[in-house]
Amino acid sequence: MSNASATNGNAQVSVKKKSQIADTWKRLCRNKTAMLGLVIVILLVLIALLSPVVFDYDTEIIKTDYSNTLQWPSAEHPFGTDELGRDILKRTMYATTISLSIGVVTVIVALTLGLVLGASAGYFGGKTDMVIMRIMDIFLAIPGTLLAICIVASLGNSIPNLVIAQAIASTPTFARVVRGAVLTVRGADYVEAARAIGAKDATIIFHDVLPNSLAPIIVQTTLQVASVILSIAGLSFLGLGIPAPTPEWGAMLSAARSYIRDYSYMCMFPGCAIMITILALNLLGDGLRDALDPRLR
Amino acid sequence: MSENVKKEKDLTAEIKDLVVEFRTDYGTVQALNGMEIEIERGQTLGLVGETGAGKTTTGLSLLRLIPDPPGVIVSGSIKLDGKDILQMDEKEMQKLRGKAVAMIFQDPMTSLDPVMTVEDQIAEVIRLHEEGSKQDHLKRAREMLELVGIPGTRGSEYPHQFSGGMKQRVVIAMALACNPELLIADEPTTALDVTIQAQVLEMMKGLRDKYNTSMLMITHDLGIVAEICDKVSVVYAGRVIEHGTLEDIFENTRHPYTEGLFNSLPNLEDRQAQLKPIKGLMPDPSNLPKGCAFCPRCDYAMEICKTEKPKRVYRNETHYVECHLYNKDNIQEGKVGKR
Amino acid sequence: MIKFIIKRLVALIPVLIGVSLLVFFILDLAPGDPAKTILGEQARPEDIAALREEMGLDDPFFVRYGRYMWDLVHGDLGTSYKTRDPVGEEVWARLPNTFKLAATSTIIAIILALPLGVIAAIKQNTLFDGVSMFISLLGISIPIFWFGLLLILLFSVTLGWFPVSGADQGLKSLVLPSLALGFQHMAAIARTTRSSMLEQIRQDYIRTVRAKGLPEGEVITKHALRNALIPTTTVIGLQMGGMLGGSVLTESVFAWPGIGRYMVQSIQGRDIPSVMGCIIIFAISFALINLLVDLIYGFIDPRIKAQYK
Repeated sequence: MSNASATNGNAQVSVKKKSQIADTWKRLCRNKTAMLGLVIVILLVLIALLSPVVFDYDTEIIKTDYSNTLQWPSAEHPFGTDELGRDILKRTMYATTISLSIGVVTVIVALTLGLVLGASAGYFGGKTDMVIMRIMDIFLAIPGTLLAICIVASLGNSIPNLVIAQAIASTPTFARVVRGAVLTVRGADYVEAARAIGAKDATIIFHDVLPNSLAPIIVQTTLQVASVILSIAGLSFLGLGIPAPTPEWGAMLSAARSYIRDYSYMCMFPGCAIMITILALNLLGDGLRDALDPRLR
Repeated sequence: MSENVKKEKDLTAEIKDLVVEFRTDYGTVQALNGMEIEIERGQTLGLVGETGAGKTTTGLSLLRLIPDPPGVIVSGSIKLDGKDILQMDEKEMQKLRGKAVAMIFQDPMTSLDPVMTVEDQIAEVIRLHEEGSKQDHLKRAREMLELVGIPGTRGSEYPHQFSGGMKQRVVIAMALACNPELLIADEPTTALDVTIQAQVLEMMKGLRDKYNTSMLMITHDLGIVAEICDKVSVVYAGRVIEHGTLEDIFENTRHPYTEGLFNSLPNLEDRQAQLKPIKGLMPDPSNLPKGCAFCPRCDYAMEICKTEKPKRVYRNETHYVECHLYNKDNIQEGKVGKR
Repeated sequence: MIKFIIKRLVALIPVLIGVSLLVFFILDLAPGDPAKTILGEQARPEDIAALREEMGLDDPFFVRYGRYMWDLVHGDLGTSYKTRDPVGEEVWARLPNTFKLAATSTIIAIILALPLGVIAAIKQNTLFDGVSMFISLLGISIPIFWFGLLLILLFSVTLGWFPVSGADQGLKSLVLPSLALGFQHMAAIARTTRSSMLEQIRQDYIRTVRAKGLPEGEVITKHALRNALIPTTTVIGLQMGGMLGGSVLTESVFAWPGIGRYMVQSIQGRDIPSVMGCIIIFAISFALINLLVDLIYGFIDPRIKAQYK
């Protein structure tokens, strides 16, 4: 009996969810800047997916060519070549693969950790909440970039270490957002109802609480990908990020910096690439927030 | 004939044929549809109707504070003391607001600035419209607080330190601070506890009589109307559909909608009596019916109601109704069932 | 009020202990032998062992941490592996530069951002709104170090108005770094100001204030902005973390002799005590800034002030 009504309720919820998603999508489509962001993000993902297929890493991306160094942009090298004679266009494109994949992987790791920690803190409350959030507070007491610098400084700069460092630095933000979202829905009637019919805690968290706190989490995820990519570029610029010769925007800028007087073109393209990527993700994130929270417009 | 009648009246406020639209991305909403009200000096007009009928918009229009965008005053005239405020510039309008016309809003919890002391908020309106030093204004603000039953010493506190009823008293003090000729009260007691409602209402009544203020009482509570009003306008879909004195409306109800409002009230004397709520909901204001706006919900609806807007029929000099049930010949005899 | 500040300062202690423990732990994972770093690869094993003994490197983790903390509360941040100078002195000498940079850029950011955000909100959906919000979006999207490079390229290399790097030309040296750092900050504050203004001008109390006959300009500045400043202050506070991180990058781009640059140099030289010292100083500053932001809150919002007892 109670089962039947619960299933019935779930069916209604899922119908409601579907129309909500459709509504959100409709609102998103109406937002021109968000659509622009989405289109750019899709293009970037395509570049990221295709670059490893189109370019040969060993001969086209990292191979030095001393007969061809510091060439201004030309038909042959639309973005010019760097101090080691490598084509900047190809390296900039290939760097998309590196940055996007690290950004996405890092955020997935951080999101998972943040979901578990934040959801438990918000849902169980009391001591669990206090312990988890105090620990998160300690992490938050160190500015994210510095925490990442600290971890990389200790572990050494490699791609896995970067992912670890960024993921750790991003987790507290997610834990906070998730906790906040969970707290706002925890007291809601449908959660009380689920508890009343004897659902397990985990079931309630993953079935009832999280899906209803998705909006802020989705927005935060989008924005966090941007922030991780920006942060990795920053670390690489400081020489604490992705080690050479792997193409990375920040590292490319770091190299270009020594040539800024005479070969200014070198610092243009990788910088533009970062900016466009971050801009697109921010546009999309803003658009998602407006679409998910229609009260604000 | 009606021209002559009006000449004799001393009107504090008069709205004629007011049409207000809210133009949004989702379509145009007809908020007011030829709204008409008259408030005589020293009298209180009750504006009665359901949520969404356009009562608050009418109140705001008297201050010319309809949010724009999306609100647009399409046509009509709004006169305060015989002067058309739609012709005024913003500066002149600011001089009137708070001085000639003041408004009390529905929700006292949100209508005070949370980061300013209560006395500063009252003193602000006095500073805007009256001479004197800052000290004078503060002193007067505290006097106003005392007047509405709050110790003047509490003036230095912030709104969050007051209860809902107290906040509404503060709002009332603020509205009355400059002795306005017209006080608009938009459901001033709806958000309050029942016990507090009576107190606040009683106080407003006392202050109104003391200062001989004209008043527009916006409400959906016929009890309040009976308590405090001299005349009543029943509003439906942005238009007055029945207007008269208390006696006209309460004893000689003509419009089926007004009757419906009375039937929705619980009857304390006869507890066995069934409530007879009006069926259905207000029509979608962005898509009003072609004929009478109440037609889809009306028990007495006829064919003509669907296609033609009803004309105004007078029962006497003070009482009129807009309904196809009536014409000059049958208006004296009531058609709608008695409670 | 003073009681509140003391209470908050006391509450900082466990956080700072946690932070130091965390950072100490992370940096302790660093591979390599500090004694070898100091004495060089060619040093004799017995010298290395002696130095390890002297530095207490063989003690258990918590003993070393305890010793570090004991020194820290006595104002000793340890000794640099590289220069053998006290880290405290190195950091202390650079602190004013970092502070100068951070303060200037914050002030620039706030002065530019508040009017921008307010006007954009009042003129929502106009050209001004569009342009200023696009600039703000650029501001939060542009990598700070690239923006710094562009500034150098335009104003130093091409126009020659400002020095490329360093801090030896007084105010002139400060202009580009604080612009670079301030722009990003400004963008974030302007965006928040706009959205909280938009929220405030739709509130009921604004209607009340208008009904009093207050001129629109005062409605905005005296009421809406004061309320909008509450969320804006939060963002300014939250931004300070990013600002400290950003100052590391800015200092590196402009070779600005502050703590951030010193930290990066220390990392490259694997000089762990210096890195540790810098991060501790950053964490303390961050905590104090947040406390300051909370106090500013109290001045703006009486509801929060009430809790400061």
